[in-house]
Amino acid sequence: MIRFTHVFKEFPRTGLALQDVSLHVGKGEFVFLTGPSGAGKSTILKLIFLEERPTKGEVKVSGVSSVTIRGRDVPKLRRKMGVVFQDFRLLEDRSVEANIAFALEVTGTAPTAIGAKVSRLLGQVGLASKATSLPRELSGGEQQRVAIARALANDPVVLIADEPTGNLDERATRGIFQLLRDINASGTAVIMATHDLELIRRAECRTIEMNHGQIVFDSAEQVSANPAGGDAL
Amino acid sequence: MRYEELMRLAWREALLAFKRAPVLSVLSITTIAFSLFAFGLFGLVALNIRHQLSQLEDRVEIRAFVVDGTNAEATSAALGDIGSFPEVLSAKLVTSEEALVRARKELGEFSDVFEAGILPASIDVKLKPGHNDPATVSAVAGRIKNYDFVDDVRFGEEWVQKLYRIRNIATLAGAVLGLAFAGVAVIIIGSTIRMAVLARAREISIMRVVGATDGFIRSPFLIEGVLKGTLGGLLALLMTWLANTLMGRFVFSAEFFDMKYALAGVAAGAMIGLLGSAFSVGRHLREV
Ligand SMILES: Nc1ncnc2c1ncn2[C@@H]1O[C@H](COP(=O)(O)OP(=O)(O)OP(=O)(O)O)[C@@H](O)[C@H]1O
Ligand SMILES: [Mg+2]
Repeated sequence: MIRFTHVFKEFPRTGLALQDVSLHVGKGEFVFLTGPSGAGKSTILKLIFLEERPTKGEVKVSGVSSVTIRGRDVPKLRRKMGVVFQDFRLLEDRSVEANIAFALEVTGTAPTAIGAKVSRLLGQVGLASKATSLPRELSGGEQQRVAIARALANDPVVLIADEPTGNLDERATRGIFQLLRDINASGTAVIMATHDLELIRRAECRTIEMNHGQIVFDSAEQVSANPAGGDAL
Repeated sequence: MRYEELMRLAWREALLAFKRAPVLSVLSITTIAFSLFAFGLFGLVALNIRHQLSQLEDRVEIRAFVVDGTNAEATSAALGDIGSFPEVLSAKLVTSEEALVRARKELGEFSDVFEAGILPASIDVKLKPGHNDPATVSAVAGRIKNYDFVDDVRFGEEWVQKLYRIRNIATLAGAVLGLAFAGVAVIIIGSTIRMAVLARAREISIMRVVGATDGFIRSPFLIEGVLKGTLGGLLALLMTWLANTLMGRFVFSAEFFDMKYALAGVAAGAMIGLLGSAFSVGRHLREV
């Protein structure tokens, strides 16, 4: 469903952020993306939701290629993806339900269908009682739940999360992670960038490790290409 | 997405923007208003110069002095001829006696100096409106001069040309200054909308992430721009009208724009608002 083929990404001043990255993520997978700061995790996620285009190589999402996609088709493709950030990115002057409704309005959902959908999403992330609160009246974990509800609004096939627990404490982290697992269990693929090695170890999901813009370890590749196992680097 | 639905959302967002940044909104409306006000004042001056000129033009006439002792048939035949020139409105004979009466009236107390018979008779020619330009005037004067009994033709050559030069300069200056003011107004509204865009950069980036099209993102800003431009235009119209009324009361009464020009001024405001915001939003969407 998501396929990188020999992808290079070069930024004008900072140089190569990704070097010859190839990877495949199938429908309904849960994937951790890890590695030191500056390794290129966020860059990979930006390439997936087309905030950036590869300098060389091809990124294919849902059968659409980064090489041939026209600018005006980008929004349509983005609606098949949900994105969550470390800093939540909620609209501070709107209620929780308005924040979620926003994603539905923007994509042209019929106004009559929005109310019911927002309630369902709020229930799914466990915030049914906070519909009319403003973001600043919520804890970090709750704000991230709102952001996740918004990301799910258009029924995405993949949820992209860039360090979604980076600003949260231990307990809130576990809550958000569990929510992401539940979402994944209902069929949505999840790609999550994180520094939290403890979380990765306990979860036993596919893990891709990056360093200096290259994939240095992929637990899925490791199993198929090198059944005997081996060192990660 | 249905068009009405898009419009409803765009209006909601545009009004929200007014409510969230009232100071910025008022600032941009006032800057548009002042740019158009300056433009309007200049326009009023130009309008009034033109108006005065057209009144002066009516008074342009050609006076052909008739040689003493010319017989009456010749002059009246010539009068008929001249009267049927396509550019000529009227031609009438002023006899030597009439000329004396007129001179006495115009010169008042110095009337004694004139003795009967000093002043020559003349044919006074008025031209039709729209045929008062220097070229036509001197062409007609030339034709009249061809009659044998016409001694000399006067038509205030210099005066006519000066009049036209002033009018042309006024028109040109109006156009140049008007364009300059409009340009400044576009830049000003562009930068105030740019501030509004930057203040909402976060919102725009979120809209993009959830899959909003550029058209959807742009439309509230464009509506906001048109709204501010229209309000600015109306405010400018009000200020210009006030200035005109005050001037009318204390200095001299002047012409005001008719409905067509007033509407054009407001439309110009809307256009400036639209251009300014289209420019700013377009630039922002290309940058991020
Ligand atoms: N917009 C940009 N312009 C220039 N350079 C960039 C840009 N975005 C990322 N980079 C560079 O690309 C490299 C990879 O950055 P990236 O954000 O992908 O790292 P990361 O793995 O997400 O790091 P972190 O864990 O700190 O979030 C870095 O060297 C960074 O400086
Ligand atoms: Mg990052």
